[in-house]
Amino acid sequence: MRQGPDPIAIDVGEVLQRSVTSLYSSLVTRPTGRAVRMAIETQLQGAGTLSISLIDFSEVGIIDFSCADEVVAKLLQQYLADDARDAFFVFRGVREPHQPQVEGVLRRQELAAVVEVEPERFTLVGSFSEDEQRVWDHLETEGSLDTDAIERIAVQVQDARALESLLARGLAFRSPQSGRIHALSRLVAHLM
Amino acid sequence: MLFDARHLRWVDPNGMVALLLAGSIAGEASGTFPHIELPDNQDVLGYLSRMGFHDQAHRVFEFDALPRRGASRPSDVLLEITAIDTNHDVHEIVDRVQARAGAILTSKLGYPAASVIPFSVMLSEVCQNIIEHAEGQGWVAAQAYNWAKRLGRFVIVISVMDRGRGFKGSLGGEHSARYGDRWSDSTALEAAFLHGLTRFTDPGRGQGLQQIRKQVRKWSGLISVRSGTARISQVPEWDDSPPMVDGMAQLPGAQIGIILPALVQL
Repeated sequence: MRQGPDPIAIDVGEVLQRSVTSLYSSLVTRPTGRAVRMAIETQLQGAGTLSISLIDFSEVGIIDFSCADEVVAKLLQQYLADDARDAFFVFRGVREPHQPQVEGVLRRQELAAVVEVEPERFTLVGSFSEDEQRVWDHLETEGSLDTDAIERIAVQVQDARALESLLARGLAFRSPQSGRIHALSRLVAHLM
Repeated sequence: MLFDARHLRWVDPNGMVALLLAGSIAGEASGTFPHIELPDNQDVLGYLSRMGFHDQAHRVFEFDALPRRGASRPSDVLLEITAIDTNHDVHEIVDRVQARAGAILTSKLGYPAASVIPFSVMLSEVCQNIIEHAEGQGWVAAQAYNWAKRLGRFVIVISVMDRGRGFKGSLGGEHSARYGDRWSDSTALEAAFLHGLTRFTDPGRGQGLQQIRKQVRKWSGLISVRSGTARISQVPEWDDSPPMVDGMAQLPGAQIGIILPALVQL
């Protein structure tokens, strides 16, 4: 029986060519971003109520702010507001030229995301507190935290709050079976 | 109506795009295409041709057939005058500019090679402004110049103009009540340019101009937006334009001008 979320790998470059037109190589304009987001959502509908998606931008040449808002910010917002489904996201291939756009749209809406900025180097991008950053860094280093480790973190009130906030914001995953908390990067490692 | 450009000696993207805008407004008012007398100066005429002015002018003016020219030389143009009607046009502009901008940005302006991406993003956002907010016809053009006398270095000039409803018209329905009697072209420009307001309630909207401003500031450039009777600018240290000018001649739609100077080597 499956214990964790359904893993889904989505290549945004491929979605762009399939859902909009094969002539376009750049992720620009709001209607293009909207079409790509809707194609991603269609793909996610095939997953269960608990899923983790690796959204891969590696093959995207340019992403502008309008598209980043549609494909990153609105996608996150939608699933954070969805009580019926728990969907987690990791964004891959967000190279240095893409980062101001992705960071800009996340900050504007006080969102944050787990992003791979270099091969196998993940970071939090967007809007988050210093406490959230510190606890997320610890989780990312450890890979996962069992209940004993979580209790040790809970000694510090601000760290306990930050951990709960990371869970509520979809930046970490707590297994409903074991209670273990996982770094999202480890849950998508086999998709990369 | 006659547009007499015979004595034109020099024209940049702002002038070319403004000519098209003026012609299209005159044509709509009179119900017929106005006539344009093209420049006598062969250099200016050739430059207009390389900038794609004649291709766009066919949509706006009537003019005498041009003499056939010899084989055209490779284009040195950063972005020919391009009409913006749909999002497809924005995709084409971004693709075209990516292929050309790299060499100009690095060799003439001294920007890093990766700057072609923020430059393309900036163009994408500024062009989308026409489709998303103006809801009217527009054009964009860009070219690099050596501003030897004025600034002592190369610059890239980007001009975007539309004949849509302008910032006051676009924002009025959503925001004018809050401003009351103070609602005007200048307050509408301040609202959009400085505070990122749009007519959309979606908080994700209104980032385009803000991000363009940020990028232009990073490159020590000048950006100005003119709409209605006002113009607002983000002025770098090398220019002395006032940040806000009111009481200008009425400009239907909007004009966004960006000047990006070469990096100064310290």
